[in-house]
Amino acid sequence: MATASTTFATSTWERPLNRTLAIYLKEAKYEFLTRLRLRAYSISTISFPLMFYVLFGLVLNPKDTAVGGTTMATYLIPSYGTFGVMGASLFGTASGLAAERGLGWLQVKRASPMPPFAYFTAKVALGMIFSTVVVLLLLVLGFAFGGVRMPFLDAAKLLATLVAGSLPFCAMGLAIGYFVGPNSSVATTNLIYLPLSFCSGLWIPIMFLPKLLQQFAHFLPPYHLAQLALSVVGAGQHESNWIHWEALIGFFLICLGVARLGFQRDEGKMYG
Amino acid sequence: MIAALPETLEHRMKDVGSCGAVIASLHGASKTFGDVRALCQVNFAVRAGELVALLGPNGAGKTTAVKLFLGLAKPTSGTVSVFGGDPIHAEVRTRIGAMLQVAKVPETLRVREHIDLFSSYYPNPLPLAETLAAAGLQEIKDRVFGELSGGQRQRVLFALALCGDPDILFLDEPTVGLDVESRRVLWEEIRKLIARGKTVLLTTHYLEEADALADRVVVINRGEIIAEGTPAEIKASTAGRRIRCVSSLDIETVRSLPGVNDVRRDRNALEIRAASAEPILRELLARDAGLSGVEVTSAGLEEAFLALTLEHNQA
Repeated sequence: MATASTTFATSTWERPLNRTLAIYLKEAKYEFLTRLRLRAYSISTISFPLMFYVLFGLVLNPKDTAVGGTTMATYLIPSYGTFGVMGASLFGTASGLAAERGLGWLQVKRASPMPPFAYFTAKVALGMIFSTVVVLLLLVLGFAFGGVRMPFLDAAKLLATLVAGSLPFCAMGLAIGYFVGPNSSVATTNLIYLPLSFCSGLWIPIMFLPKLLQQFAHFLPPYHLAQLALSVVGAGQHESNWIHWEALIGFFLICLGVARLGFQRDEGKMYG
Repeated sequence: MIAALPETLEHRMKDVGSCGAVIASLHGASKTFGDVRALCQVNFAVRAGELVALLGPNGAGKTTAVKLFLGLAKPTSGTVSVFGGDPIHAEVRTRIGAMLQVAKVPETLRVREHIDLFSSYYPNPLPLAETLAAAGLQEIKDRVFGELSGGQRQRVLFALALCGDPDILFLDEPTVGLDVESRRVLWEEIRKLIARGKTVLLTTHYLEEADALADRVVVINRGEIIAEGTPAEIKASTAGRRIRCVSSLDIETVRSLPGVNDVRRDRNALEIRAASAEPILRELLARDAGLSGVEVTSAGLEEAFLALTLEHNQA
């Protein structure tokens, strides 16, 4: 033990790639298990969008009401899909990070040789897995009870669009997680999540909102993701998809920047 | 308590005096948080195979010292070295195990799952069964963390520190908040680590703990090291005997006797601290025929510690 101590200073040790990969996978697996068993997260993330869809898409409205070029039951899948993806991403990242950061657990992990990026990747992967589940269940409900019909490829494209579009919201969650305390993270996230969803036309189709709100929606990231998803089923405002992608990418970069500031502020507090 | 553990004693005999290589050290390390000076010019080394206790009251800077060693904080000035490198590097961290004070651990993961994850961070972790055995967790390995008692939770955190089979372990207040029984169990596990050739630095504000476990005690107060030595040396370095008696002599007279370090009035009795008891007793008996209720005790580590920190706070 004593002799080995001198050999380390100059060597540039690196973990073999396959072991690094194994850590990333394990980190994601246990993050998933942690959250799956935490019913406050797993049940509410999945059931809220489904509940809204059943209520407004299948029960309260005649499901074949024409909306934005398609039926209500079809229109609301991308719409509540966006809502669900946002929830899974925001709550998957923000509250976990805020609690683990604020209550000392992150520090235990940071003192270990865990690759730091594995921690964040696991949270993002978690958000994406739950996003996938929400969208798939919405599709199943729509197909089974809403008379929704679309080619398999379109369904796959819708899923892919929504899950890819979850990334900016994962980044937003990380940014929130770095700037709120462990006890206020859920409330803060809801305070951002719910108004943002409403104003982006995720609950009530955008054309039924007041004109002013319709204008304002263009500044909101969920609006752009919803429009991308709606365009897959031939509905929505029919704007250029490039605008939506650009808006989402810009928003993603801003959130990453803010999260990075939080990360550095944290490191500075502990390592400054 | 110490005598009951021959292997620990033997180990202690071997290590006191003999010097393993320095594997972790602070050189002139200071750390300030805003206006608060947490550590001030601390020089401190941990040698291979020893169990060092960093002893001090709350807020003395113990946790800050551990954070420096773990690379979780950077010294404002001075240097930190662990295995000849900076502890922020993963290569150094693969040889370090850490047990920190945590307010909340993910509660829905099972004990074995927590260990499995942390083991994966290290290149040569212990087999799961061995880690479970070393921390006494075999029977509760399938329980989720949220269901565990305080003592069991600490043992899981301890398991996470040792699962990577590190060469040195930093244990920050490992037994804080535990009942006597759980504390002894954890002490036993810590002793086993040393028996297996590991090096341990633990912080504690329990003197009994430092006395029971450590080869070397480093006393820290207000960010400065104020004493260092074996538990026996620390005890000997301050007032050796405590004399309690009921006497009509006034306190100033007693204080002026040669060899008296300190006198306090405790209800109707006098409490005298002195290097040795006999000369003082002779004097007292000669001056006060009515002297009664004489009790002589040796100062424990607790007295030594109080005396040391008191002296330091007054200085």
